[in-house]
Amino acid sequence: MMTLLNMQPSPQPDRPALKLAERTEYWMPPQASTVAEELDWLFFLIYWVSLFSFFAVVGAMIYLIWKYKATSRAANEQPEPSTDHNTTLEITWSVIPLIAVIGIFVIGFKGFVNMRTPPKDAYEIHAIGQKWSWAFKYSNGQVSDEFHVPVDTNVRVLISSKDVLHAFWVPAFRVKQDAVPGRYTDVWFNANTAGEYVLECAEYCGTSHSDMLAKVVVHEPGGFDKWMDEKIKLEEAMPPAELGELEYGRQGCKVCHSIDGTRLTGPSFKGLFGKQETLVGGGTVTVDENYIRESINEPQAKVVAGYPPSMPTYKGQLSDKRIMGIVEYIKTLK
Amino acid sequence: MAAPTTTADQVLDPHPTKEDNYFTAEKGVLSWIFTLDHKRIGVMYLCSVMTMFALGGLFALLVRIEHWTAGPTLDFVTPDMYNQFFTLHGAIMVFLVIIPGIPAALGNFVLPLHLGAKDVAFPKLNLMSYHMWLLGAAFLVLSMVLGAADTGWTFYTPYSTTTTTAVIPALFGAFILGFSSIFTGLNFMTTIHKMRAPGQSWFRLPLFLWAIYATALIQVLATPVLGITLLMLIVERGLHIGIFDPALGGDPVLMQHFFWFYSHPAVYIMVVPAFGVVSEIIPVFSRKRMFGYKFIALSSVAIAGLGFLVWGHHMFTSGQSVVASTIFSSITFLIAIPTAIKTFNWVGTMYKGRIHLDTPMLYALAFLWVFTIGGVTGIFLAVMNVDIHLHDTYFVVAHFHYVMMGGAITAFFGGLHYWWPKMFGRMYNEKQGRIGSIGVFLGLNLTFFPQFIMGTRGMPRRYYNYLDEFQDLHRLSTIGALLMGVSFLFTAYYLIASLRKKHDAPMNPWGATTLEWTTTSPPPYYNFHKTPPVTQGPYDGYEKLWYDEKVGGYIEKKKD
Repeated sequence: MMTLLNMQPSPQPDRPALKLAERTEYWMPPQASTVAEELDWLFFLIYWVSLFSFFAVVGAMIYLIWKYKATSRAANEQPEPSTDHNTTLEITWSVIPLIAVIGIFVIGFKGFVNMRTPPKDAYEIHAIGQKWSWAFKYSNGQVSDEFHVPVDTNVRVLISSKDVLHAFWVPAFRVKQDAVPGRYTDVWFNANTAGEYVLECAEYCGTSHSDMLAKVVVHEPGGFDKWMDEKIKLEEAMPPAELGELEYGRQGCKVCHSIDGTRLTGPSFKGLFGKQETLVGGGTVTVDENYIRESINEPQAKVVAGYPPSMPTYKGQLSDKRIMGIVEYIKTLK
Repeated sequence: MAAPTTTADQVLDPHPTKEDNYFTAEKGVLSWIFTLDHKRIGVMYLCSVMTMFALGGLFALLVRIEHWTAGPTLDFVTPDMYNQFFTLHGAIMVFLVIIPGIPAALGNFVLPLHLGAKDVAFPKLNLMSYHMWLLGAAFLVLSMVLGAADTGWTFYTPYSTTTTTAVIPALFGAFILGFSSIFTGLNFMTTIHKMRAPGQSWFRLPLFLWAIYATALIQVLATPVLGITLLMLIVERGLHIGIFDPALGGDPVLMQHFFWFYSHPAVYIMVVPAFGVVSEIIPVFSRKRMFGYKFIALSSVAIAGLGFLVWGHHMFTSGQSVVASTIFSSITFLIAIPTAIKTFNWVGTMYKGRIHLDTPMLYALAFLWVFTIGGVTGIFLAVMNVDIHLHDTYFVVAHFHYVMMGGAITAFFGGLHYWWPKMFGRMYNEKQGRIGSIGVFLGLNLTFFPQFIMGTRGMPRRYYNYLDEFQDLHRLSTIGALLMGVSFLFTAYYLIASLRKKHDAPMNPWGATTLEWTTTSPPPYYNFHKTPPVTQGPYDGYEKLWYDEKVGGYIEKKKD
């Protein structure tokens, strides 16, 4: 067994060092949004009610065992006479829990309606899920693989998926919503504590579901605009290959295409350019600029033999400049 | 006199001798495969379900061991294999173990005996139900060979219609298993309606039968919806007819509605029979009448009915409307009430009783402990805003394992130990039984309690990889799972060991007054030499029984 077990934490090179943020409480992650406080309050109310109910039932059970334990079967002890029903008691212990759960339901309902009703003035960001990465699209057309938001601002996230179900979840914000292909869903929140958090895919989506994470950054006042301006400037001035490397990271290419020759879901980019590839269904293709461009826009057109046809299309989502960047980047990976 | 004498009883009964029990009445493998005897069908179900329990448990252990470290732990387990393991674990445990577990294995054996009947109403349908189960299981096993499905037991679209694994054989297997379940349900309902012993009114039925009846209602009414859903999935995958996949013009959320319309009531197919088993054990081992019999009986039916109206509580984050979520959430809370009533009544039954802590009772007490945790954690998930955070996390995983594993499986093992002497005519080693039950109880709490903490802190379910901060809790959980695995192996060992002994079980080892304990252990082919009349409630008359050390069981008290 020991030879099978790899006891060392394995190195995971293309995974950012993410943490849910510093822990202060035993239950629940730290609170970083306005709804978190309200939701946690109800969580802990139910927690104490549950703890009380559990100890009442189990406490009574243990007490009764201790009090009425029979010594042995041979002793043939007979129980003391007692009733086998008591309508008043039974109605009481039905009505009290009923009142309790109705109260809990009402509080939860109010909180839920609040969570499902985005304020009209909310700043909108698109979150697009695909196997197995997130892309966040801002109103000025900028795309990022990290989720940056300003502090103390109402943000509405429009969620969509390119392939299968995913779910947008930021534990520190306590918001979660499925990404459903073919329709938009949304969540809103107001992040009230600047810092770094993690976003996780919460709806099972296949091979790398558990690596479909993204870094969340809540900027101090002014920090968000500064980050956006720098991002725009940086990308404008970037040489194509560097821009390609950036897109490689944030469009999700890295999840399936390694740059060191490792076999992942798709062919590795290492030494790919100029290579002759056999295709599914026969035929070959030489990897050149046009094949790469075609594979980005219509990934199912020519699938390399031995790999699943699982890549989503990027048609209409990447400008020529960025596609060229990716081509140039692949060329550098000899 | 030298000539053999014949008594009146022997003339009336073709199976007069004591040795002639249902094991020895017929011989040969074919006499088992084509038997119409409910007891033999029950025993075959039991062996099959146990085999699948071992297989499903093996996959669970692989999943847990894989979580010893974040990322790869076992060298041979890739992320895709991990996904197949948890899918197989879920599909096997739900469709092949828990759903048939108590009703088809224990129920088949006990139900006619509880009614004082010779058999179920439709013995051939009963056999066909078992053969369908075998066929369905064969398809699930076949899918493993062809490339096991990696969709999760929920088969959510469009993942399930686009993945390259062998989803169709798995779906077809589950489809066939549905028929098996419907046949059992129909059969049991009819039997309870038509074949009760003289004097056995509805409120003299053992609570186990009330539970089986409520379960049968759900099996008959809900399972067809699953069958249709699975067929639609097969059609979509095989013929590319767009029903659920948006790429073909379908709606993936529709699939979730169909799926949970069956699968939520199915939760009650799994746990209501467990209530029945616990209701049998607690009064017998407390030597006292059940407290609040009618409340427990009717609450089973209430749960079965309400269970049909809550499926949308699995879908608060799916994009379902606020109004729909509100309705589903409110009805979900109502189910908490009959469930709580049952728990209070079970505890109330022990008051002023004389409690014997034998293995079946230890399992029943373990059930009370874990089911209470499973129940109260359900409240967190029924609350709409709290569920938004907890949905699809380990909190949910822990909750339903406390209910399914802690509730249904614990009760199943309680029932198995309770009826074991009746089924096989042997007493297992009581001391080993107690050790085994305590091991299972400790193991399951250690496995699943840390998962509640992980879930609230942000650990999503179905994750091969995880953030480093969860490692300690994952390791605790894995240690618990190993402890459970060892305890179950130990249980299998002493139960099988008991079969190698001579017949030693008395007619009535626990001093129960339901009808199955008035016949021999194991029962004769036709169960009873004469149809037993019922003159009292199922938990009445303990004072008329006397423990006799020479017999090793209870006998009618001699009139002084």
